Amino acid sequence: MSSFPDNLKYAATHEWVRVEADGSVTVGITDHAQELLGDIVFIDLPTDGASVSAKQEISVVESVKAASDIYAPVSGRIIAINKALIDSPEVVNTSPYGDGWFCRIQPADAAELDALLDADAYARICE
Amino acid sequence: MGFQTPLYQKHLDAGARIVDFGGWDMPIQYQSLIEEHHAVRQHAGVFDVSHMTIVDVDGPDARRWLQYLLANDVDKLDVTGRALYSAMLNEQGGVVDDLIVYRREVGYRLVVNCGTREKDLRWMNQHASGWQVQIQERPELAILAVHGPESIDKVCALLAPALAELVRALGNFRSLEDGSWFIARTGYTGERGLELMLPGNDAPALWDALLQAGVRPIGLGARDTLRLEAGMNLYGHDMDESVSPLAANMEQTIAWEPATRDFIGRAAVEQQREAQREGRLPILTGLVLEERGVLREGLRVVCQVNGQPAEGIITSGTFSPTLKHSIALVRIPALATDCQVDLRGKLTPVRIVKPNFVRFGKKVFE
Repeated sequence: MSSFPDNLKYAATHEWVRVEADGSVTVGITDHAQELLGDIVFIDLPTDGASVSAKQEISVVESVKAASDIYAPVSGRIIAINKALIDSPEVVNTSPYGDGWFCRIQPADAAELDALLDADAYARICE
Repeated sequence: MGFQTPLYQKHLDAGARIVDFGGWDMPIQYQSLIEEHHAVRQHAGVFDVSHMTIVDVDGPDARRWLQYLLANDVDKLDVTGRALYSAMLNEQGGVVDDLIVYRREVGYRLVVNCGTREKDLRWMNQHASGWQVQIQERPELAILAVHGPESIDKVCALLAPALAELVRALGNFRSLEDGSWFIARTGYTGERGLELMLPGNDAPALWDALLQAGVRPIGLGARDTLRLEAGMNLYGHDMDESVSPLAANMEQTIAWEPATRDFIGRAAVEQQREAQREGRLPILTGLVLEERGVLREGLRVVCQVNGQPAEGIITSGTFSPTLKHSIALVRIPALATDCQVDLRGKLTPVRIVKPNFVRFGKKVFE
């Protein structure tokens, strides 16, 4: 069974968002997404420092089975990327909500966070 | 819900993710496709391939009829137990299916693909009129494939000593029968191993004993990466009824001699051979991408033929867990050079190699 932590917000395109104390957000892909993709072998990370709009493609994940686009859940500037995923993309399979994070975004408009799904709503669309 | 093999509950017990595969509920992977793949290359793994179709052919005309039905020649099966890989062609020289045929003490056993079952049975029956043959499907049999460097030892440890000795002595592409069990040194991974056909009722106990002995359960996902590393074709992807076996790297499986043997598709495939000699027939060959990215089925490949731009298409592609980069089978014009693959709009150079990437756990191409 996939896990859907309550402290996260979710996009229908299977990204998760965690709001940090400083107002930035950490972004990754959900446990459900990594299960669907299976073993991940390459990740093209978001561009550090780039300005992005919500729903813009920021990353590509390649698993043995399929390639999948990852979208920015909110607009803003990318202020950190998880470079460890370049050499160890499989961490996204083993720890999607922990060491498998993709990037941190400084949101341009905090109100966009309200448009994201809570854990229950996201779990329902994964059924 | 689809058809289920006698091992369906065992797959659930082992934590399998189940997918529909040609109407069957089959395990695509248990925990990790890549770990399953490595288990077969380095140790031993067991696949449930009971969805595949077993057809026994018997009767006074069985040999001559198979010589007519198949592009390879069952006359090469000089002794009981020997096995042969063959295409079954249509009149246009397209591939109806690929299969393995085993010579039995009496008659023959064919193992054909699951996705082509109905078509194949119809084709065989349609071409059997006027011949004294019995064509009998064997749906009550399960098939377990046990592959990997330790596989034969693991299986033999579970058999009676006298039988184990016979199984250890089996050469590649040889089989033996012991009561209702049929044990063959054939497979689809590029590793040593066995395929065991046995009554469905016997399968769960054998499965349990293998897992108990440390043999890993392997899903169809790793089966695909293993066969592609071994450069083996997958029907419906690398060839089908619209493709000549000569454009599918299957030339060695056509028995041209004796020239008097009339097999279905012979006239067409002889014309295709002429086209091939004149360079007019495409080839199926191997591609490697040593940088990041994964070659996928259906991707376009651009190339050069005598300085002119040309195109091909990837028929199977994956990430190779053994080589840690992507490999593919591609159909391109003969004499193509300077291949580039269209990866998400970016043309990326790829290298043409012989379509055999990994054997016995080791890289085999230059």
